[in-house]
Amino acid sequence: MRRFSTLPFAGTPEQETQLRQWLAEHKEMPGVTMPALQKAQEIYGYLPIEVQRMVAEGLDKPLADIYGVATFYSQFRLAPQGRNRISVCLGTACYVKGSGKIHEKLQEKLNIKDGECTPDGKFSLDSCRCVGACGLAPVLMINEDVYGRLTGDDDELDAILAKYE
Amino acid sequence: MFRSHVMICGGTGCTSSGSDKISAEFQRQLERHGLQNEVKVVRTGCFGLCALGPIVVIYPEGSFYSRVREEHVEWIVTEHLLKGRPVRSLLFDETVDGERIKSLDQTGFYKKQKRVALRNCGVINPENIDEYIAYDGYAALGKALTQMTPDQVIQTVLDSGLRGRGGGGFPTGRKWQLACADRGKVKKYVCCNADEGDPGAFMDRSVLEGDPHAVIEAMAIAGYAIGADKGYVYVRAEYPIAVKRLRIAIEQARDYGLLGENIFDSGFDFDIEIKLGAGAFVCGEETALMTSIEGNRGEPRPRPPFPAVKGLFGKPTILNNVETYANIPQIILNGPEWFASMGTEKSKGTKVFALGGKIRNTGLVEVPMGTTLREIVEEIGGGIPEGKQFKAAQTGGPSGGCIPAELLDTPIDYEHLSAIGSMMGSGGLIIMDEDTCMVDIAKFYLEFTVDESCGKCTPCRVGTKRLLELLEKITNGEGTMRDLERIEELAEFVKNNSLCGLGQTAPNPVLSTLHYFRDEYLAHIQDKRCPAGVCKALLVYKIDPDKCRGCTLCARACPSDAIVGSVRVPHSIDTNKCVKCGACMETCRFGAISKG
Repeated sequence: MRRFSTLPFAGTPEQETQLRQWLAEHKEMPGVTMPALQKAQEIYGYLPIEVQRMVAEGLDKPLADIYGVATFYSQFRLAPQGRNRISVCLGTACYVKGSGKIHEKLQEKLNIKDGECTPDGKFSLDSCRCVGACGLAPVLMINEDVYGRLTGDDDELDAILAKYE
Repeated sequence: MFRSHVMICGGTGCTSSGSDKISAEFQRQLERHGLQNEVKVVRTGCFGLCALGPIVVIYPEGSFYSRVREEHVEWIVTEHLLKGRPVRSLLFDETVDGERIKSLDQTGFYKKQKRVALRNCGVINPENIDEYIAYDGYAALGKALTQMTPDQVIQTVLDSGLRGRGGGGFPTGRKWQLACADRGKVKKYVCCNADEGDPGAFMDRSVLEGDPHAVIEAMAIAGYAIGADKGYVYVRAEYPIAVKRLRIAIEQARDYGLLGENIFDSGFDFDIEIKLGAGAFVCGEETALMTSIEGNRGEPRPRPPFPAVKGLFGKPTILNNVETYANIPQIILNGPEWFASMGTEKSKGTKVFALGGKIRNTGLVEVPMGTTLREIVEEIGGGIPEGKQFKAAQTGGPSGGCIPAELLDTPIDYEHLSAIGSMMGSGGLIIMDEDTCMVDIAKFYLEFTVDESCGKCTPCRVGTKRLLELLEKITNGEGTMRDLERIEELAEFVKNNSLCGLGQTAPNPVLSTLHYFRDEYLAHIQDKRCPAGVCKALLVYKIDPDKCRGCTLCARACPSDAIVGSVRVPHSIDTNKCVKCGACMETCRFGAISKG
C-alpha cells in the first residue's frame, strides 16, 4: 500500500513558515504528534521525509517517532496524490456487492496500481475501508464526489472518469 | 410558527446521494412560492432507510418521500405544500395503500424497530441545541447533578443492565464503579470511542451526525459519576459530517453553560475535547485508543493495569462507545427498570445494526435485544433482492463470524451470538447471498486484519499473515486437506496468544466459515471448484454449443484471443489462453456462456 515518493520535494517557503509557526504554537499540547502531522498533511497534501523532518525539529522529537506515527495510520500519505483522488470503498458491504472488481477494473483502465498516481498526475487510486455510505454500495469517491449504486460496467466507469480533468 | 416542516436527511448516506442539493432546491422553491415563512426546511440525522435515500419527510402529515431527485422538488412544493396533496407517486411505496397513506410505523422496515439510541435521529436538527432540549435534552444531566449522588448515578446504570455496545459487552455500570475511587482527589478522564473501524458499520457515525448532544450529555453524566472533569471524543477523521456536528454541539453546550465550569450551579466542572483518529482499526481497542490520544502509534498494551486504574496519560479513565453513551440520558430519565424491561435476561435494551450487503432495505435499524436474525433479514430488511438465496449473515465485522441460514432463528444478544461462533461486535450486519464465496469472504477479512495488525505481538503479526497465505493457497486451487488442519491449529493459536482483541478475534471469520461452510472449502480443495463462481483461479468459462449462434461478439470482446470459431458456427474457449476476465459472458446476448 505505502509507496515512497520518487518525485522531488517541491514545498514553498510559505508552506514551511505556516507549518513551523503552527508547530511553535502547539508544541506543548499533550498528544501533539498526530494533530501536527494532520496539519502538515493539510498544508502539503502529503508527508514526504522533508516534511516529517520539519515536524520532528519543530516538536523537538526524534524523527523515528514522527516516522513511526506517520506510517502507522492509513490517513497519512508518504506519496503525493493526483489532481483527482479516486478512492474505491472495499468495506464489507461494498465488497460483497462487487467493489473489488471495480477496483481491479480501474487499475486496468488507469494502468496504475493501488496507491499510485498516473504519470500525468491526473488520477491517483486508493482503496478505503468504508466511507459510511453502505446503503449505496458499491461506492467510489473521486475527490469529494460520491458515486454509488455502481454496476461496474465499462461505460459507466468511463463516463465517470471523463468528468475529471 | 411554521405550518409544515420538511425534514431532509443530512446523514452521510443521503448526503452522498445529493441531499444537500435537494435541501437548497427546497429553499429556492419555497421562496419562489412565498412559503418560506410558513414551511421550514430542517436537515436531520439518519432516518435509517439509506437504501431509499435521499429521504425527505414532510410533517405534520409524516409523508415519507424516497429517492427524491432535484427535479422532484418543485412538484412536491407546488402539489404537497401549496395545494396540500401529497405526491403519491414519489412516496415510499410501502406507505401507499390504495387511497390511504399509512404511517411509517406500519411499514415492514420500521414496524419491529424500537428507537432508543437513535430516538432523535431524523427527528431533530442536530445543529440546534434548542431542538435537543425540547426533546428532554440535558434534563438527565440536570437530574443527575441536582438530585442524585454520583454513587446513585452508577447504581442506576448498573441496575439498568446496560452493557458496552462497542462489542465487548462489559457491564457499563461496573466499568464506572471500577473508576470511581478517590473522586476529586485525582485527575480522571472520560473517553468516547467513536473510531468506528469495522468496515461496513456506521451506527456510531449516525448517532453523532443525528444526535451529538446525547453523547455530550452522557459523557458529562459519566464525568460526574466517576469524578472526572475532562472528556475526549476520539472520532475518525473520515467522518467529516460527524466531526463538524460534534464541534457545533460542543460549542453550543458551552454557550449554554452545559459544559464548562459549575454546571447547573452544582459545582461540577466538565469539558470535552475532540481528537481525530487517523485510520487504524486497532485503535478501537481501549488501550490502543488511549495511546493514540497521547499522540503515539496506536499500539495496545497488556492489561492489567486496566484503564480504570491507569488509563489516559496514566490517570484513571473510562472509555465507552458512542451507542453506549446514547442510551445513558434515557436511563437516567426513565429509570433503570424501564431500560431493563427491554431485551433478554442478560442483554438489556436495544441494539443498533448497520444492515448492508445483499439485502433490499440497507440502512440503520434499532431492535430490542432478543429479536431474531430472521426478523431482521426477512421483515425489516425485506429479504434478498433479485430472487437470490440467503447464504449467511455476518456480524461483528473482522472479529465476528458468518451465521448460516439454519441458525437464522437465533435471538440476537451477546450470549447467543458468541455461542454460535460469532459476536455482537459494534453492530455491522452484512447479508450474503449465493453469489458470495465463503472462502473468499474469510480471505477478505484476513486481508483486513493483516493490514491492520499493529505488529506489536508475534501471534497476530505473523499468525494472521500465515493464515492468509493458507487461504490464498486454497482459493488458488492449490490447497490440500492438510492445509485445513493447519488453519484450524494456527487459528486456535492466534486466538489464545494474541495481546489484544484484534488478534484474539481475527481467526473468527475463518473458523466460523470453516465450521458452517466446510463443503465450500472442500469444493475448492478436492474438486478445484468455487461454487459461488468468485475465485478467479478456479473458474472455467464454457460456451454451450446449443445456445451459441456464432455471432462472433464474444470473440471480438476477448482480450486474449482465447475464443475460436467462425461465423454462424458455435464458438469454443481455449482454457489455456483464457484470462477469466468475464468479458465474453457480459457481451453474449444468448446466455450461452457460463462459468463454474
